[in-house]
Amino acid sequence: MRDLLGYLLKRAAWMVLTLWAVYTVSFVLMRSVPGNPFSGERSVPPAIERQLKARYNLDAPPLQQYWDYLVGVVTRLDLGWSTRLEDYSVNQVIAEGFPVSATLAIFALVFAILLGVTAGIISAVYRRSTADHVLMFAAVLGIAIPNFVLASLAILLFVFMIQIFPAGGWGTLQQIALPAFCLGLPVAAYIARLSRTGMLEMLTKDHVRTAYAKGLPKRTVILRHVVPGAMLPVVSYLGPAVARVLTGSLVLEKIFALPGMGSHFINAATQRDYTLAMGMVLTYTVLLFVMNTLVDLTYAIIDPRVKLR
Amino acid sequence: MNTEANRETLERILVESRNIHGVSLWQDAWNRLRRNPAAMISLTCLVLLAVLAILTPLLPLQSPIDKDLNERRFLPPNLGTVVMGGRPGLKFADGTLTGELDRFNAEIADLAIQLQSTSDPQQRQALAAGIAARIDIEHPFNQMWNELGPVSWWMCQTRVALFGNYAIPSLFGTDKLGRDLLARVFWGARVSLIVGIVATLVSLIIGVSWGAIAGYFGGMIDAAMMRIVDMLYSIPFIFVVIFLVTFLGEDSVKKKLDSIGIDQITIFYMVIGAIYWLTMSRVVRGQVLSLRSEQFIESARTVGASPMRIVFRHLVPNVLGVVIVYLTLTIPSVMLFEAFLSFLGLGVSPPDVSWGLLLNDGVEALSIIKVFWWVVVFPGGALAATLFALNFLGDGIRDALDPRMKNRD
Repeated sequence: MRDLLGYLLKRAAWMVLTLWAVYTVSFVLMRSVPGNPFSGERSVPPAIERQLKARYNLDAPPLQQYWDYLVGVVTRLDLGWSTRLEDYSVNQVIAEGFPVSATLAIFALVFAILLGVTAGIISAVYRRSTADHVLMFAAVLGIAIPNFVLASLAILLFVFMIQIFPAGGWGTLQQIALPAFCLGLPVAAYIARLSRTGMLEMLTKDHVRTAYAKGLPKRTVILRHVVPGAMLPVVSYLGPAVARVLTGSLVLEKIFALPGMGSHFINAATQRDYTLAMGMVLTYTVLLFVMNTLVDLTYAIIDPRVKLR
Repeated sequence: MNTEANRETLERILVESRNIHGVSLWQDAWNRLRRNPAAMISLTCLVLLAVLAILTPLLPLQSPIDKDLNERRFLPPNLGTVVMGGRPGLKFADGTLTGELDRFNAEIADLAIQLQSTSDPQQRQALAAGIAARIDIEHPFNQMWNELGPVSWWMCQTRVALFGNYAIPSLFGTDKLGRDLLARVFWGARVSLIVGIVATLVSLIIGVSWGAIAGYFGGMIDAAMMRIVDMLYSIPFIFVVIFLVTFLGEDSVKKKLDSIGIDQITIFYMVIGAIYWLTMSRVVRGQVLSLRSEQFIESARTVGASPMRIVFRHLVPNVLGVVIVYLTLTIPSVMLFEAFLSFLGLGVSPPDVSWGLLLNDGVEALSIIKVFWWVVVFPGGALAATLFALNFLGDGIRDALDPRMKNRD
């Protein structure tokens, strides 16, 4: 328990440090762009420009701005106002986008784990069979093909040529299925390879031989004695997998025109909405940190040999 | 008698030893790689691709930037003949590239004669500037291709000399602005490959130096340098890079960078290279840590070699195996990242082309009314096939250089 607390504190400290570094660098960059976010637009009356500057706190000296924003984030979790989306605060945009992205990511991850683990188990149990070769070839394909290529081809095939899925929209299971499938497939390919390697290693262990020797049916041996041990590398891959799904959702949300955090972030980047982009980067950093910590904790619970560091 | 027998045995051994050739690490790895058919096929394909990409201006392809909005929008793959410079809108003499080249060169020659005949220095200067400006704007090459470098310019000239006005038909179809997709895929390959290679080299230089120095000096320096790496590791870089790109794309920033001679693609190499060195530095540090107490390092120090010389002359060459293995895994991920950013509209910007950009165009052109499959399938296929080959080759090289790592991920 003491370990756990120390570990969590340490992670939190790292996270704060990272966030602070990201924030500082972003802030310096934001300030180093000449002019202000509104100087490029058509000229506005001085009174309105004053109002705008006051709203975005641009009239304060830079150090004061740096400090104010920091205080706002720390005390009120307030990420400021978007400079391009009128009357939207960054928090509102994130609150709208997050459920969509989270749903997509969860569906993709569940799908990836189910498919990947099943494929890995089958190809390890029937090693060197045709099924094994086909699955592992498919896995290499899945790793090599970028998910936006996959998504484009999937749209071409399943939306336009054979019309199974709707072209866009969000909400029903049918609308979630195709993006989640495209997002999860590369991760599934990785998981399939990892779980196959893990399975092959476990299959040679003594306790598995013992289990066979005492006459347990093959099914029980595999499911009870081999699979749990073989899943360890898969669990430790889940951290990177979450990161991958989050980055992948940037493009997939764009392709499928989903109103998630990813597409807001890309829009913020292309339209130079600095405050929104910075708020998003900070949010993504927190998300990834939390997910990684959770994965590490799970790993330590599953495998008591692992010490949290 | 005894000495005679000894002598014979010795000679026999000597002859035998002459016939034995030592196998170096690299030869051994090469032999192992050669026995791996998947890796060899990938290697052949990649070499072929690289050669084709380098020689692209020399190939009789159509113009990658010449738009034809009237007649050639979204043509499916076809074998219809195309004449270089044949589009009426170009108003080329004879409707051909060679005809226009002849006419243009004749005009320039006229101007050059005029230039020689005038003696007034001011007038001369004005004339010379006029000729340069005309070449810059009106030269047929500048209408058919985008910002050719000197080498590409020469290759295009050779190509016109070799093939005249012949151009390969639109085997891959045309895009929404009537540009030939085959030519665009080829020109895009150049950008994608160069980004892959240059960015990987940047990451190689930073990563190897950082890791080797941290590993060799150890102690406080090592701890400080590795903490920095740890810290950078925990930053979600893809998001930060996208954030960075928003600044670099700002007009005023762009102008400033242009004035010091840095264009966007260069920044692109730097940024991508600068984020992919972290793992490399960790790997190199680990290797250097185990090497630095070896005797050859000890002896180098004894004869008075400077620390920098020891690091770069004695340590780095010895970690090359691991570095190459990791390098082959970095190139595909860097290329993928470039395609990813270009796809999002944050990377290479038109009129330059890259595969990611082509795919972006392709996805935008997808619609329910008519299925323009070729605008997605060909660029996507090219990117996927290249990444596929690179992955296979990377796995093959890893197995060849370090058989213990086989079948591990």
